[in-house]
Amino acid sequence: MLAVAGFREGYYTLSFPTFGAEKRGTPVASFLRLSDKPIVLRDEVYYPDYVVVLDPTVVESVKVDDGLKENGLLIANYPKSAEEFKSLLNTKRKVVTINATKMAMEVLGRPITNTAMVGAFAGATKLIKLETLKETIYEWFKGEVADKNAKLVEEAYNYMAEVSR
Amino acid sequence: MMKVVRGFYSVAHAVKTCKPNVISAYPITPQTEIVENLAAMYANGELENCVYITAESEFSAASILVGASAAGARTFTATCSQGLILMSEVLINAAGMRLPIVLVNTNRALSAPLSIWNDHQDSMFMRDAGIIQVYVENNQEAHDLIPQAYKIAENSKVLLPFMVCMDGFKLTHAYEPVNLHTQEMIDEFLPPYEPVAKLSVEKPLTFGAYAPPHIYMEFRVALQNAMERARKVIEDVFKEWAEFTKRDWSGHIAAENVDGAETAVVTMGSITSLVRDVIEELRKEGKKVGLIKLRTFRPFPNDEIKKALEDVNKVIVIERAVSFGNEGQVAIEIKNALYGGNNEIYSFAVGLGGRDVPRELIVKIIDNVMKGKVKQGFYFEGVHEFREVIP
Repeated sequence: MLAVAGFREGYYTLSFPTFGAEKRGTPVASFLRLSDKPIVLRDEVYYPDYVVVLDPTVVESVKVDDGLKENGLLIANYPKSAEEFKSLLNTKRKVVTINATKMAMEVLGRPITNTAMVGAFAGATKLIKLETLKETIYEWFKGEVADKNAKLVEEAYNYMAEVSR
Repeated sequence: MMKVVRGFYSVAHAVKTCKPNVISAYPITPQTEIVENLAAMYANGELENCVYITAESEFSAASILVGASAAGARTFTATCSQGLILMSEVLINAAGMRLPIVLVNTNRALSAPLSIWNDHQDSMFMRDAGIIQVYVENNQEAHDLIPQAYKIAENSKVLLPFMVCMDGFKLTHAYEPVNLHTQEMIDEFLPPYEPVAKLSVEKPLTFGAYAPPHIYMEFRVALQNAMERARKVIEDVFKEWAEFTKRDWSGHIAAENVDGAETAVVTMGSITSLVRDVIEELRKEGKKVGLIKLRTFRPFPNDEIKKALEDVNKVIVIERAVSFGNEGQVAIEIKNALYGGNNEIYSFAVGLGGRDVPRELIVKIIDNVMKGKVKQGFYFEGVHEFREVIP
């Protein structure tokens, strides 16, 4: 979604996932490159500018700040404060948190945090406009699902924009 | 129109514009969404004069296309890995029957152990089948190759199956901007398929009949001749496409900065972009290193390789497959093409079963060869330390 929305805003984008053969419940990762120039690299991102954590339980099995650049930002779905997440990870990197699971439960009725975290990423980084994200959501989803996800993106965007100010 | 799409869609959209008559489908990761996209197009009525058949195995999916193609239909399927291997018995027949079936192989490792991730072991297994194989670097090239594949395969001088090889996951699952074909554009580029011979009740024929020793060998010679003629046809179609779209993917190989180079790296598929990026950096530092992007693997471009690499001292082959008991298949082919020359050849297998190939690994490989730190030979790179339990 960020690749599509980013391209709409004039970036070149390339994103790809990495996952196993498991059906559900295993840690998965997805990589996104945004650039002013065409993107040719397809290797995994080892030194990210941003890390987005969708599920707070992955920190038990994955070192999520691994390789994150010194001036990078970690944007996490975590029910507690950024300070608490920071000490949990024992990281020196800048961290912002959002309770995306709660937001998703309230808006979607399901703990699917993907669109909330897309909104959180855009709100924290300002790399992509809220309007562009919503346009992309209406391109991908229809009806009630689109409305709910657009609402969720907006809430997460605004929350993060406020927190990151 | 430029649009951010996944590799799956870039293939499916291109196939749709080629107006296939029969599509057979059997799912396998990382191919499935190609035929799923086509199924959606079919269900939406976007595929006219087309039958979409869900098969009960890859063997059936390939068999359906053999029948359809022999009856004069333009055909498509996609598969990979164990699916391609299960199709192999049928596809080898398709080559022998000279059927211009176009298939996309989303390159994936072979079992065992089971891996759903990318390498080139599957299509390499089909090396000797009489099937044209062209490898793509990105999703635009995959998209562009589909109409060219039909034009080449269906040329009466060729009439061979054509396998478009694109890296599974690396390309199939990637979202990236692709300039999508319009229907008008492909209608102008690709004429309808006019079979030279086809199954029909008016003029009954047999395809793939029994050939006793007094006749069999001539069929095989004809197959080799078709491959030889395909060289020129492929080149012509590649050129025509470049002029038509202004997107020039070069010929059988793309030789970049090899003139005057002391070292050249040969790559195939999506890893090429990373290697090119590393090479560009090395050239900025004044290192004399070039790149050969190998596009056509069958028929193998021996003359082009020889011409491009003749004066290059060190040739590094970086590939994603192994012929167990020898070395990487691309390296074997490159050595054959360069036979009699003075080149030193270093061959490296990387990224098997989807292992990521980071930039540092490519830098290390090239650097070690340029500095004379490794001897000529075959190496696995990016391997963890491990202990064999057998014996």
